[in-house]
Parts: sequence; structure tokens; C-alpha cells
Amino acid sequence: MASETTHDVAHTAMTLIDQLPVLQILIPLVAAPLLVLLGTKRLSWAITFIASVLAFAVSIALLWLVKDGGFISYELGGWAPPLGIEYRVDAANAFVLLLISGISTVILPFAYTSVRAEIAERHHTLFYSCYLLCLTGLLGVVITGDAFNVFVFLEISSLSTYALIATGAGKNKRALTAAYDYLVMGTIGATFFVIGLGFLYMATGTLNMADIAERIADQGANRTIQAAFAFIIVGMGLKAAIYPLHLWLPNAYTYAPSAVTVFLAATATKAAIYVILRFSFSVFQPEFMFETLTFEYLVLPLALLAMFAASFIAIFQTDLKRLLAYSSLAQIGYMLLGIALMNETGITAAIVHLFNHGITKAVLFMGVGAIVLRTGSSFLYRIQGMGRVMPVTAAAMVVGGLSLIGVPGTAGFISKWVLVQGALEKGWWPIAVLIVLSSLLAVIYVWRMVEILYLSSPVVGADKREAPLTMTIPMVIMAGACVYFGFATDITIGASTTAAQGLLGGTTGMIEVIETATQAGH
Amino acid sequence: MHHHLILRVVTKLLCGAIMLFAFYVQFHGDFSPGGGFQAGVIMAVAFIVYGVVFGVNQVKLVFPPWFVHKLVALGVLVYAGTGIFSMYLGYGFLDYGAFDPGHPSHGQHNGILAVELGVGITVTGVMVAVYYAFASRPPTINDEDW
Amino acid sequence: MDFDFIIGHLNYWLFIVLMMTGLYIVIAKGNLVKKIVGLNIFQTAVFMFYISIGKVENGTAPIFPMDMNVDPSVAYSNPLPHVLILTAIVVGIATTSLGLALVVRIHEAFGTIEEDDLLKIERDMATREYELHGSAMGGRA
Repeated sequence: MASETTHDVAHTAMTLIDQLPVLQILIPLVAAPLLVLLGTKRLSWAITFIASVLAFAVSIALLWLVKDGGFISYELGGWAPPLGIEYRVDAANAFVLLLISGISTVILPFAYTSVRAEIAERHHTLFYSCYLLCLTGLLGVVITGDAFNVFVFLEISSLSTYALIATGAGKNKRALTAAYDYLVMGTIGATFFVIGLGFLYMATGTLNMADIAERIADQGANRTIQAAFAFIIVGMGLKAAIYPLHLWLPNAYTYAPSAVTVFLAATATKAAIYVILRFSFSVFQPEFMFETLTFEYLVLPLALLAMFAASFIAIFQTDLKRLLAYSSLAQIGYMLLGIALMNETGITAAIVHLFNHGITKAVLFMGVGAIVLRTGSSFLYRIQGMGRVMPVTAAAMVVGGLSLIGVPGTAGFISKWVLVQGALEKGWWPIAVLIVLSSLLAVIYVWRMVEILYLSSPVVGADKREAPLTMTIPMVIMAGACVYFGFATDITIGASTTAAQGLLGGTTGMIEVIETATQAGH
Repeated sequence: MHHHLILRVVTKLLCGAIMLFAFYVQFHGDFSPGGGFQAGVIMAVAFIVYGVVFGVNQVKLVFPPWFVHKLVALGVLVYAGTGIFSMYLGYGFLDYGAFDPGHPSHGQHNGILAVELGVGITVTGVMVAVYYAFASRPPTINDEDW
Repeated sequence: MDFDFIIGHLNYWLFIVLMMTGLYIVIAKGNLVKKIVGLNIFQTAVFMFYISIGKVENGTAPIFPMDMNVDPSVAYSNPLPHVLILTAIVVGIATTSLGLALVVRIHEAFGTIEEDDLLKIERDMATREYELHGSAMGGRA
């Protein structure tokens, strides 16, 4: 607490390293209003890109600081953690921060061309401003250690997402209804989350996640805590598009502008999955019977259902964007499956898949965006044969497709491999078989995509040129990352294992930090 | 628009008083209930009432939409700028103690005043912008058909 | 389930009733504006829930006297839930205005804000696309 006495002690000035956690949020947050204030259409992309690069650099530095299992605590406004808002960075969220800011940085050059083609020029400043706010929100959800702060950042990202999706209305008016549906469902989800937080606050009298965890550990499970858990899982489940709560996702991804789809598919649901992980393992205890039961008897079947049903629906889509959207739902199933295994390998798999699926879907949706630039549509019949005239784009998409299936040598293989290991470790071999079987469904829809792209001749009227370099370079980088992380697994698996250990370590690690933070004061 | 004489006169008289009250709520926020959110809404109400009575085009003359958008951004920057300034002084983000290290409570006063000013500017801007966004749409029903 | 239990938990009963009313409106009403109204009622229920849990029995307004001589016998209500709800209200306003703005745009684009009509228009659009796809792809759709 910033009382008079503590400030009598000579204040040691904070260095830039100390300020890193808040800079992660502050850079995009300041850039967003700056765009509007300057109001220049020409500079708006440049400022967005610079902000994104800086945020990426900060997240690399943060991951570097915590990669060995440490943690950083940052108190906002000089109020010590249990009372004030705290940003807490450990391996788990540093990794997700890296994913979000990294994806944002790589796709922005792609967005430059794509946005110019799909959105009226007078909206560009506001578009990029919304984009930055969305980035701020997603980063904030991940970095914060305060439960209510999660809700605030969640709503910052959600509200800007609704607006971003609605900007697709210039191309297809169904973007408006998609955004409206997402707004209604997203708000219900966020409100459920707040109700859950209210119950947690009733039970514990605090909002700091680590403090909540400590107090829950003291009092054990009771009905208030169970209710809180149920509301939080359902609320975040809506945001993460857990299978029966996914109805907003296909339309939102299909009708949003391509650049927005790439960004959302690669990051938004991942942030929600991260929150589920954080709350399930750092706030609530896996030792609680109700939590184990929820995951085993509710989340696990739903995850399996998502893997099969969503993949099956994806096979019959006539629009490539929608096909990939359903495939995203199936992939979210794998992440939930990893969480539902509730062992270290399973959670490692969930975090690795979160990362690998992020880069995989970024390639695929960028490929669709590049094709849309040339053909004006993502319908399968309109993009026939485009693989022949856009070799780089199509090649990148094939790499992404292979990673989606989980072919050895791609990032997707690694995460599925760890996931199968997790299932076998638990002795649930039927689950392992189902993981492999559902991958076969992915083979079908990826083959369909390849067939359409290569094995027919281009339709008349399409612009038969390769996508510009601003689009192909990000795609090649992401496709390269898909292959790279398929071989160099020590970064992804290493960070994820540390993260999983941190999460499963339960509250003990977190309580220690609280104590050191309060003792140190300033 | 030439009827409603009472409405027009009362609005003209009230607008100034509403704005004055907004400033009171704004700057008295650290002693009594109030602050940027409330003051911003009250301030916006002055413009919205004027717009409702005299027409949205009249109020746009004094408070043009582009200016409103800049205000929204400016407020957030004032807020974030306060935090960045405290970071520049070697303290945490929004650590108001930075503004008067000798007397942290004075620093708190100054810091809150600056932050609330930012909040007030943004809220005024947002509320007026929302009003403009809805009121400026071409009506689907003519005024005569009501 | 005795009488005291019911009366003692009055704020929860009201919260649940209001919340379910809101949720019912969101689900059952076809008009997009009414759905937003339902969403608002739903959120307001949560505000009420938070504020009611901040109340301390015999608690007064949590403002310390100017001279900071706090009388330990005076109980203060918990101000934190109120502050949280202030944030949630702001979020609610943003959601409402964005939702209504979307409704205005939907009305301009589709000419209706009734969900049934919208679904019909969208289904027709999808059917047309599917037919186009079918005819363009021949038998291998």
C-alpha cells in the first residue's frame, strides 16, 4: 500500500526491465488513440506495425526472463498485489503473450494489402485503432493476475472484435448479423464470467488470483466455489467456442475481413483457452473433486465431440473460410482434451497445441486471404485451380494443411504426439485412438482443399497472378515456422512443460511470490 | 422548430448550468461522490439536450464530429500519459506517489485529478459521439409521418 | 428451506429472477432491439448481485471523515463491489451502443430487424450460393 511511511525510504527508480510487464499492454493501448488523434490514413498502418513490433520485442524479453520457471510481478499504481491490481508473468502466459504479439506482427504486412482491398479507405484509421485495442485486450487478458481485470481486458478485446467483424459488411452484409450474434453470445459469456467472479469474491473477499487460490485452498470446496467454477467455465467456454457453445464462430470467421479472421483464428480463442487453463489450475485446485469430475465427464466428451463433429461438418463446406472455421472448432477440441487429461503431459500438449494451431491457422487463413484478394471470394468453386497460378500461396497452404492433419515434420504433429502420450500416460488408450481417427477426418478436408487448389483449371475472370510480396512473405514465414517447430521442439515443448509444471504446481509457487512482493514493498 | 418556445428558452438557460455542474462534479470528485465518468456524462448531456431541441446539425456546428473523435482519443492519452509520466519519474505505471515524493497524499491528489480529467474528456467525447452516430443516420420515417 | 432461508436470501432470489427474465428475453424475442434490452436486464441483474454482496449489516457509506479519525465502532459497507460494477456498467454501455449501432446497420442492409426474417434472407442467400457451387462444380460438389 502506498502509505506515507514506505515513501520515506529512498525510492529506487524502476528500470526499463522492471517496467516490461506494463509496457506489453501500454504500447498498443497508447498507439490506438494516437492513430485517431493523428487521423492520418497513411501513417496508421505504420504506427500499428511499430507498436506490434515493440510489443513482440517486449514479449520476447519477458519470456527470456521467465523461461526457467521464474515469475515477474508488477504492481499497478504502486499498490501491492493482494489489494492492488497485479500483472504476473510466468512461463505459461509469457508463452501465450509471445504467440499473440508474434502473430500480430507477422500478419500486419499481410493485413496492409488485404485491408486496402477489403475495407473502404476512410475506415482505415479506425480499423487499425480497433485492431490495436483488440491486441491490447488479448495481451491484457493473458498478462494480468487480477481476476476482475481479466473481465475488463476481455471486454476490451471483445468489443473491438465485434466492430472488426462488422467491417466485413462492405463485402457481405451477413458480417453484420455475424457480429451481432457474437455480441449477444459474447456478452452473455462475459457476464457469466463476472457472475463467477462475484461468487469467488463472496467466498474469498479478494480478486487477486493468487490470493483467491490461497484462500480457496484454506477453506476447501464449498457450494459457492462450485457455482463460481461452473459460471467461469461456461462463460469462458463461450469465448473459447467449446463445442456446443460455438455457434458464433463459423459466421464470425467467414464474414469478417480476411486480416481479422487470421488474427482472431490465431489468437482470440487461444487467449480464452489460456484463461480456462489459468483458472482451472492456478485459481481452482485440480484436487477438487468437482473440478476433476467436470473435466472428466463434461469437458472430455465435449472435446471428443468437437473433434469429430466439427471436422465432419468441415468436410461438407462450400466456402474455404467456413471450412477452416469448423476445423478451428475441432482443433479447440484437442486443446480441451489436453486440459481434460489433467496431467502434466496433457497440459503441455494443450499449451503446445495452442501455439502450433495458432501458427498453422495463421498460414491457412492468410492463404485464403491472398486468394480472396485475387478472386474476390473464398467459395470453393471460385478458387478452383488457383494453386496453379499462385504457387507460393498454395504451397504455404499445403504446409499449413499438413500441420493441421499432424503429419510428422510439422508443428501439428508435435502437439498431437504429446497429446497421445498424455492419453496413454493416463491409460486412456481409446482416447489416443480417437485422436488418430479424428486426424483422418482432417485428411479429408485438407485433401479437398488441395484438390480444389491444384486439380482443376482456374475459373474465368479470376486475376491470375501470385499474391504480392507483402502477403507471400508473412505466409512463407508462418509456413516456415510450422516446419521449424516440427523439428526444433525444445523451444515449444520446453516452454510448455515449464508452463504446465507451473500451472500444476498449484498455489504454492504463487503464494511465495505474494509474500516476497509484500515484504519487499518499495 | 419555431414552436416549443419554452423548451428552447429553458434549454438555452440550462445548458450553461449543466456544464458548470459537470465541472463541479469533475474537479470535486476527490472530495465527494463524482469524478470523470459522471462529469463526462453530465457534460455530454448539455450538448445532447441542445441537439435534441435545436437539431443535431446545430450542435454539430459548435462541436463538430471530427473534434469529438479527437477528444475521445485525447482523453485516453491524458490517462495513459499520466501513467507514462510516473514511469518516466522512475515509479510504476500510474503510481501517483511519483508526482510529489515528499508528500505522497498530495501526489495522489494531483495524479487522480489528471487521470479523472482524461476520463472526463473521453466520456464526454464518447457519449456525444454515440449521440451523433445515431442521430445523424437518415431517418427511415419522415418527421411528418410520426 | 424454511421461511428465514427464503427471506434471508432475498437478494439472490431477485437476482436470479431478473437474470432469468433477461436471458429469456434474449432467447425468446425475435426483435433485435428487444434482445439488446434483454441483455441489459441480464447485466443489470449481475450489477444488483454485486452491489447486494457489498452491503455490510448496519454498514454506512464507506467515506472516511476528513480528519481521518475513523471510529472503530462504525461499520462501513464494502465499496469494492460498487467500483467493480462501475466498470461493468461502462462495459454495458459500450456493449449496448455497439449492439444498437449494429442493429441500425442491419436494418439498413437487410430492411428488417426481426430475427425470423433475417434468418430467411440469410438462408436464401446460402441456398443460392450452394446452388451456384453445385452447378459450377458439376457432380463433385
